[in-house]
Amino acid sequence: MSFILSRRSIILGGTALLAGCDKLAANKSFRETLFTAENFHRWAQRAITNREALAQEYRPDQRSWKFRANGTRNPDSEAYKALWREDFVNWRLKIDGMVSRPLSLSLAQLRQMPAREQITRHDCVEGWSAIGKWRGAPLKPILEAAGLSTNARYLVFHCADIYGGIAPYYESLDMIDALHPQTILAYALNDRPLPVANGAPLRLRVERQLGYKHAKYLMRIEAVSSLAGIYGGRGGFWEDRADYDWYAGI
Amino acid sequence: MARNGDPIVYRHRFATRLWHWVNVICLYVLFTSGLGIFNAHPRLYWGQYGANYDHAWLVLPRWPGWLTLPESYSLAMSRHWHLFTAPIFAFALLLYMLWSVFGGHFRRDLAFRKGELAPSHIWQDIKDHARLKFPTGQAAARYNVLQKGAYNKLLFLLLPVLILTGLAMSPGMDAAWPWLTQIWGGRQSARSIHFIAAWATVAFFLAHIIMVVLAGPLNEVRSMLTGWYRLPRARRNEVEASGENQ
Repeated sequence: MSFILSRRSIILGGTALLAGCDKLAANKSFRETLFTAENFHRWAQRAITNREALAQEYRPDQRSWKFRANGTRNPDSEAYKALWREDFVNWRLKIDGMVSRPLSLSLAQLRQMPAREQITRHDCVEGWSAIGKWRGAPLKPILEAAGLSTNARYLVFHCADIYGGIAPYYESLDMIDALHPQTILAYALNDRPLPVANGAPLRLRVERQLGYKHAKYLMRIEAVSSLAGIYGGRGGFWEDRADYDWYAGI
Repeated sequence: MARNGDPIVYRHRFATRLWHWVNVICLYVLFTSGLGIFNAHPRLYWGQYGANYDHAWLVLPRWPGWLTLPESYSLAMSRHWHLFTAPIFAFALLLYMLWSVFGGHFRRDLAFRKGELAPSHIWQDIKDHARLKFPTGQAAARYNVLQKGAYNKLLFLLLPVLILTGLAMSPGMDAAWPWLTQIWGGRQSARSIHFIAAWATVAFFLAHIIMVVLAGPLNEVRSMLTGWYRLPRARRNEVEASGENQ
């Protein structure tokens, strides 16, 4: 007795199995079960490993010869163009929400703060990586200066770009990553002011997570106790729209 | 179906059967969703970094929908499938490896016996496979040397490599355990090796299916479901040959 495994029957069988999986994934409670993997990975990573661990830093000669820009490459709005034309002297970063002393910081003020330089690897969710040198102000002392409330659980990063003309880009972090020493507000890439394509004048670096968490064109940092009610409520542009994982350390 | 008088042996213990089928489902979901993830950036690099401006050692067109999960491109859904299944696959393998090593399965069934690795013995086994001359009688109750080699390579090399290269692509894990990328020579190397090991696993799967079909699919599949395996009787013209195999 023998089975006939023709290419046709393999393709048909494979397609039927895949269609079955897609049908399962169309079921709401099945999807929710599938999506719990994010919580498992976040819990497992943080339970097993050191929460303070630093992402690997590289030597200058290990950098990518060209650092790829992704996502919005130019916000291109009248308001942004006006800021850009003036070299961002009138740009301000607002820090508000659950803080006792809301701040409004200029680029010059950020540059005067104690800085951190780090040569790190940027990993895109798509699969590619680029290594670059970042210089910026660590977030933790800024939050301390703003008097961050102990009830604040998340930081929401509001951006100047309307991604794809659809909605404002935004991202969020919990305090484990927000207060991490490598989490900086970067104003320079490879010893030059941050280019527009990479998020001028200021972008977030959160080195233990994937690229879409690294919000560009920062305008405002808002401390909140819950992500519900902010835009789509899932903590980020891609999380709201395309079911991306909020925890992107995976 | 069993012929009267053929000896039936208990070949696969429950742990082996359970792991086998859990693994089948996991590898199916992981492979198809993995190709879906690959489609987001179908280029492979060696080293720490690699993006569009860098030299790729392999650039492929996107895999067609009948091979990917989900069928229509969705990086997020492919990742959900992949990351949900990966821990099940990894912990199932870990438990099965522990059970195999400490429960005697490895020593009894998978470890090479004295003389089995002699070139003449391996060569004989290769010739037997090429002639589709499979062991019969008591010789069929044990794995032959090529079979052991294939199972050991899968269990102790390919599948662990898939897990470790998969973990090496996680930026959170890399920060905690930098050796994860260092052992592969960088994250992009790990991604390339993940891809190669996935296709090597497919090659194992194809060879495995061909051997199952040639060796008697009903008896083989039944043994992996119930544990019981009918020892193939030596065919008349092979009686002498099977005598040599004892």
